[in-house]
Amino acid sequence: MSPEHWTRPSRPDEQTRNGTASGPAATSAVPTREQVIAGLRATSEGGADLVQLLTPEGQRVSHPDFDIEVTDEQLRGMYRDMVLVRRADREGNALQRQGQLGIWVPLLGQEAAQIGAGRAMRPQDMAFPSYREHGVAWCRGVDPTELLGIFRGTDHGSWDPNTTGMGLYTIVIGNQCLNAAGYAMGQRFEGRVGNTGGDSADNEATMTFFGDGATSQGDVHEGMVWAAVYDAPVVFFCQNNQWAISEPTERQTRVPLYERARGYGFPGIRVDGNDVLASLAVTRWALDECRHGNGPVLIEAFTYRMDAHTTSDDASRYRLDDDLEAWKLKDPIERLRVHLVREQIADQEFLDSVDAEADELAQRFRDFCVNMPEPPPERMFSEVYAEESPVVAAQRQDYLQYLDGFADSAAGGVH
Amino acid sequence: MGQVTMAQALNTALRDSLRADPNVLVFGEDVGALGGVFRITEGLAAEFGEQRCFDSPLAEAGIVGTAVGMAMYGFRPVVEMQFDAFAYPAFEQITSHAAKLRNRTRGAVELPMVIRIPYGGGIGGVEHHSDSSEAYYTHTPGLTVVSPATPADAYSMLQEAITAADPVVFLEPKRRYWTKAEVELPAATEPMHRAVIRRAGTDVTLLAYGPMVATAMEAAEAARTEEGRDVEVVDLRSLSPLDEDTVCASVRKTGRAVIVHEAPVFGGYGAEVAATINRRCFHYLEAPVARVGGFDIPYPSPKLEEHHLPHTGRILDAIAELQWEEDR
Ligand SMILES: Cc1ncc(C[n+]2csc(CCOP(=O)(O)OP(=O)(O)O)c2C)c(N)n1
Ligand SMILES: [Mg+2]
Repeated sequence: MSPEHWTRPSRPDEQTRNGTASGPAATSAVPTREQVIAGLRATSEGGADLVQLLTPEGQRVSHPDFDIEVTDEQLRGMYRDMVLVRRADREGNALQRQGQLGIWVPLLGQEAAQIGAGRAMRPQDMAFPSYREHGVAWCRGVDPTELLGIFRGTDHGSWDPNTTGMGLYTIVIGNQCLNAAGYAMGQRFEGRVGNTGGDSADNEATMTFFGDGATSQGDVHEGMVWAAVYDAPVVFFCQNNQWAISEPTERQTRVPLYERARGYGFPGIRVDGNDVLASLAVTRWALDECRHGNGPVLIEAFTYRMDAHTTSDDASRYRLDDDLEAWKLKDPIERLRVHLVREQIADQEFLDSVDAEADELAQRFRDFCVNMPEPPPERMFSEVYAEESPVVAAQRQDYLQYLDGFADSAAGGVH
Repeated sequence: MGQVTMAQALNTALRDSLRADPNVLVFGEDVGALGGVFRITEGLAAEFGEQRCFDSPLAEAGIVGTAVGMAMYGFRPVVEMQFDAFAYPAFEQITSHAAKLRNRTRGAVELPMVIRIPYGGGIGGVEHHSDSSEAYYTHTPGLTVVSPATPADAYSMLQEAITAADPVVFLEPKRRYWTKAEVELPAATEPMHRAVIRRAGTDVTLLAYGPMVATAMEAAEAARTEEGRDVEVVDLRSLSPLDEDTVCASVRKTGRAVIVHEAPVFGGYGAEVAATINRRCFHYLEAPVARVGGFDIPYPSPKLEEHHLPHTGRILDAIAELQWEEDR
């Protein structure tokens, strides 16, 4: 039975799925657990609704709605992006294992979704990420070393959202979707949407990133409601990596996530999240729709979290290796590499140079990490309010004095 | 029985409660196969099945809101918020619905439910994983708010909370989850709403709860060895209601009081305790009631939390300023 069958109410004259005479319509439409899972994954194997431009075997295929022209240089560029981002990510994991980071949140497996989306953005656009968006950060020009503070515990994110067009990582699930809707409403209110002619190059859009688990959160629902009723130029980019820590997607939804958009009144598209070309194509289209005043758009990037949720997580407690093995065959980097080589877009020398660059990045990332200075205590007292509150000022003074007491006694001991 | 961690004690309390009462349900994010991110629900789904212990969608308002509905239907839901700050999406359900339904229905509807919240800092958590949110809940009439400090209390108080007639916000000091103690389970400690003296003393009363009880005990020991002061430590256990009698008996005896909590001092729970002491022990006080807490700043990044959280040094400083005779 197709998933469409049970997602629409069944007619009284319809047979129930086990062939017996139908009972009440509502009851006969209830899917089994297996049907829910099948429905959620219905398009993951290349069905009509899944946008794919590069097969897992690296074969370029066309799509009636979302084909794009990309230059060889752009293709090589995205390959480089993905390799470098993955390398920094793996180094992050290693640094945590070696005690240099408190925690790391791996992006492994989601490179294509993020690089495709990130490269579709323009400088004037704004990204509202969750906490796994290292690939998006890379595309926004946030150096990977700037991510380290959060995970080493020295700060909450060191980049400036205003200059980078990249909001800070958002750990509370779903919050950013509302913030993105509001930001996009601002873009529309200020007339930065739908301009034609000479001004069209200045049109802006917003994109927010969140996970499959986040789609259950009220903030995400409300974000979509607001964006819809104000025609806000925002792309809701959901990376469905199949897991929310230990919970599979079927714990969050009965229907494929992209289908939810219809209920809000805007388009929803499921893209192969391991296909960087398709991710680029769909996101570019979606951002353009927003810039033209036809937003919002929901994109569900169908992908897989290849590593544990974080370095604190033990995925073996809740999922089987079979799935992982199957998804390895769909690796986003490998399929582009095969394509580049087969089509003679890249030679060995290029691939080697990217690997060498990745080694350099990993080294720089590591060096930066282990040499990060400890934040001075006075830092935590600043930037609480525009004008320092007398309460905080007094606390700072007291505490620094308290610490000074130790400095004196240490010095005293030397004499 | 031997050494038991607080996490194990909580796990056992949930298990025993599920066994004792078929209406008890456990749900929340990742509490099933994973056993919760802190493993407090480990093994429960396997033992009691998906009907009794289950993973919820990722929505805290949903978790508490459905728990209210289930409690109305006759269940005793015990729900888990994954971390302190992740309970805020459920704030409306907790404060406007769970807390008020008895009153709104003039007692017709009872809501026996427990909202378990791992809270506080000291684990090097990234943003939003270290809040001390107790004052939001203690400020809400209709909620019972408790926080155990030891494995034995964790077991006994959670069991009692599950049998309570009204919603209980059960605050678990996550940095003490792995603290071990010699405990025989099942353990029955003092009733949930009673404060207890953890260390008897005559010079000054240190009042603490949850994660700060162990810190207060360390400070008391340091005060004895370093300053020769005899410190009494009171573990409040129940924040709402507050066991005023135990608190006041101690302060009347010592004449001095210091309240310690991780939460920011301004508008913090310590203000309520201080007001109670002022009201009931004014003539016994040798010095103003002191408060030691987190600074009035957003919880800092992990590398700075040791400065933010109260520790022995800051507690000793506060004690030193209590207008001792020798300083007068
Ligand atoms: C409001 C809130 N509740 C719970 C958490 C704890 N938590 C962190 S990540 C996560 C799962 C998120 O899954 P998903 O949205 O699919 O994103 P992914 O981690 O897979 O990228 C949970 C429950 C949180 N950060 N915020
Ligand atoms: Mg996910």
